Amino acid sequence: MSARRNVILEMVRKEFYQILQDKRMLLVSIMAPILQVLLLGYAATTDIKYSTLVVCDLDRSAESRAFVRRFTTTPYFIGKYAVERPEEVDPYIEHGTANIALIIPRGFGRLTLASEPVRVQVVLDGTDANTANILLGYATQIVASYSQGVLAEFQTLMKGARIARIVPEPRIWFNPDLRSSNFMVPGVVALVLMIITMTLTSLGIVKEKEIGTLEQLMVTPIRPYQLIIGKLIPFTVIGFFDVLIVLGVARFWFEVPLVGSLWLLFGLSALFILTTLGLGLFISTIARSQQQAMLIAQFFFLMPFMFLSGFAFPIANMPRIIQYATYVIPLRYFLEIVRGIFLKGAGLNELWPQALALTVLGVVIFTLSVLRFRKTLE
Amino acid sequence: MITLLRAVKPIIVKEFRQIRRDPTSLGMLLVLPAVLIVMVGYALNFDVKHTPLVIFDQDRTAESREFLDKFIQSEYFDYKYSAGGYGEIEEHFLQGRAKIALVIPPRFARNLIAGNDVHVQILVDGADANTASQAMGTAVRLTADYATKIVAEAFARKGKQLYMPVDFQPRVWYNPDLISSKFLVPGLIGFIIVLTAVISTSLTVVREKERGTMEQLMVSPLRPFQIVVGKTVPYIAISLVAATAILILGYLLFDVGVHGSLLLLYAAILIIILGALGQGLLISTVTDSQQVAFMVSVFSSLLPSFLLSGFIFPVASMPVALQIFSNVAVNKFFLVVVRSVMLKGAGLDAVWPQFVYMVIFAAVMLGVSIKRMQKRSM
Repeated sequence: MSARRNVILEMVRKEFYQILQDKRMLLVSIMAPILQVLLLGYAATTDIKYSTLVVCDLDRSAESRAFVRRFTTTPYFIGKYAVERPEEVDPYIEHGTANIALIIPRGFGRLTLASEPVRVQVVLDGTDANTANILLGYATQIVASYSQGVLAEFQTLMKGARIARIVPEPRIWFNPDLRSSNFMVPGVVALVLMIITMTLTSLGIVKEKEIGTLEQLMVTPIRPYQLIIGKLIPFTVIGFFDVLIVLGVARFWFEVPLVGSLWLLFGLSALFILTTLGLGLFISTIARSQQQAMLIAQFFFLMPFMFLSGFAFPIANMPRIIQYATYVIPLRYFLEIVRGIFLKGAGLNELWPQALALTVLGVVIFTLSVLRFRKTLE
Repeated sequence: MITLLRAVKPIIVKEFRQIRRDPTSLGMLLVLPAVLIVMVGYALNFDVKHTPLVIFDQDRTAESREFLDKFIQSEYFDYKYSAGGYGEIEEHFLQGRAKIALVIPPRFARNLIAGNDVHVQILVDGADANTASQAMGTAVRLTADYATKIVAEAFARKGKQLYMPVDFQPRVWYNPDLISSKFLVPGLIGFIIVLTAVISTSLTVVREKERGTMEQLMVSPLRPFQIVVGKTVPYIAISLVAATAILILGYLLFDVGVHGSLLLLYAAILIIILGALGQGLLISTVTDSQQVAFMVSVFSSLLPSFLLSGFIFPVASMPVALQIFSNVAVNKFFLVVVRSVMLKGAGLDAVWPQFVYMVIFAAVMLGVSIKRMQKRSM
């Protein structure tokens, strides 16, 4: 027993020695997660703010100016340009100097109960569909609330009628300020863990294949399972170390609240790592060179996982078939776990379905990969 | 030129042969664009629809059902559960089964008829800030619509016709249906080029370094400039093929055509390829192992061009410091050019500043890496 353990220990020691020797590699595996969490925390924001607005106010009344102010007092629009004629807004949209144009017709200020509605035009640059969509939503809300105000004035002119209003009362749970980073940064914890454990594992093994040292290891009395464990432990350690770094940045730099249990997070991370290490092993069995291993890891696992796991794009918006495909992506479940623990303080009571899914996926992926790996060794 | 070609030809031939001998990698480089475009085009969608909804109706009258129908019928919400209390809503939120909840107060109908204001609670799971804020906006808008309908009915009872005072007419240019794929597919070209060019180039040179064959090349009578040309020509070809594949697939699958000049588009593509190759070479001069080269490529080119270029997340919404930093991602400028030329049909007069930047970037990258190689050889 102890002899076997010694073999594994020796393997682990050798691996660590190799990793530590490559100073740049070490630097990369420490710097990369920090860089990643900072970038994603700041850059991956889907809040649309400060869009430039070009206004063509043909009415020039107190009412029309008040209407424009409704737009510019929100953080979404900055009133940068004003033009005289409706055609003059076109170049601003064409050259992208303004994202949205507002054209207010004559007679806007003389709205009465009897009059026909006034036509307010909004021109949007639709190239960025997402931004345009959100801006359109804001604009619609502003116009609707302005209309309501006008209607309320009309009502007071109509004597005797009391008309009820329906007052919406939005309440936001778990992330009251709706900060993007509260959503993105916990996701990076999952992402970093996956990148490090999966990519480095596959590279580490394929490297030995390339150099031919894997064959040398094969002819030694080391058993395949010892080899696998010895190979996997160092990357697991590095992965967890990186998770600690990212957690630190998330908690103390981005001030993402960690409501739930840290230990539960670690425990379930171990389940997740089972799947990523398994995938890393699997990649190492099909790749013949490090270059191939990277390409496979990058394009067939990392990218699809990033796009389809709900990391940035909501799964509910995807076509049905793709939604079914997301069920086999381990990252999907782990993201739900990480975000649940971080923001909602969810415990095993709530997260058991995700944990169960991860366990099933982990056992299946890991077993199949180990079997395949052993076969390629023989 | 002819002498250059003659000198360089053997390297090109050798490089091509090496690529061909590794059909897996070549296949991946070429299949990849297809995989990515399908995934990005079909699966990635930011507009928030089908948000799972919980309803807690404490009134259960015809009126409350009529109001709720507005939400149930809307494509923005999927009515999933009906709850009997706040505890149940919280349970659904914690397990991630629902993201938004509507709470209808008791005596909703009676108060409405009596002309008293009613308050409808909209509870949102804020963990995903983007989904939450959009879903909330939609909910507020639907509530306002219903309230307006009540007002209109009250006016009608008095024998008056009611117009909405402001008739809102949005016009969306270039992408009237606000389809995400029209925005993402052109961006994909830049992303793929950076992926293939930077990563493949850095890896192929570092591989020669690892094996010691780079030194052999250095002692050959070839000048560093010629080595660079020989090494990069094959990857220029592959990148061009990949870019063309995306253009064709984008047109066939997602109807994203080129409105502007094809020549201008390809000029931009060629310049960014050169810049990306330069960057890959530069990386290869500062790293010694494929593993490190890969990591450096990912963090200096892949992540920035994914996160900072405006490929998905709008640059204008980032913190100012990051906006300045985002200029390192040459893709940011390329994206402006590609989107303008493809969607808006813009000409050189609209995008020349971006062109200038791209040319400078390519010149600096190629120049510095050739300089560094020269130093090495001495």
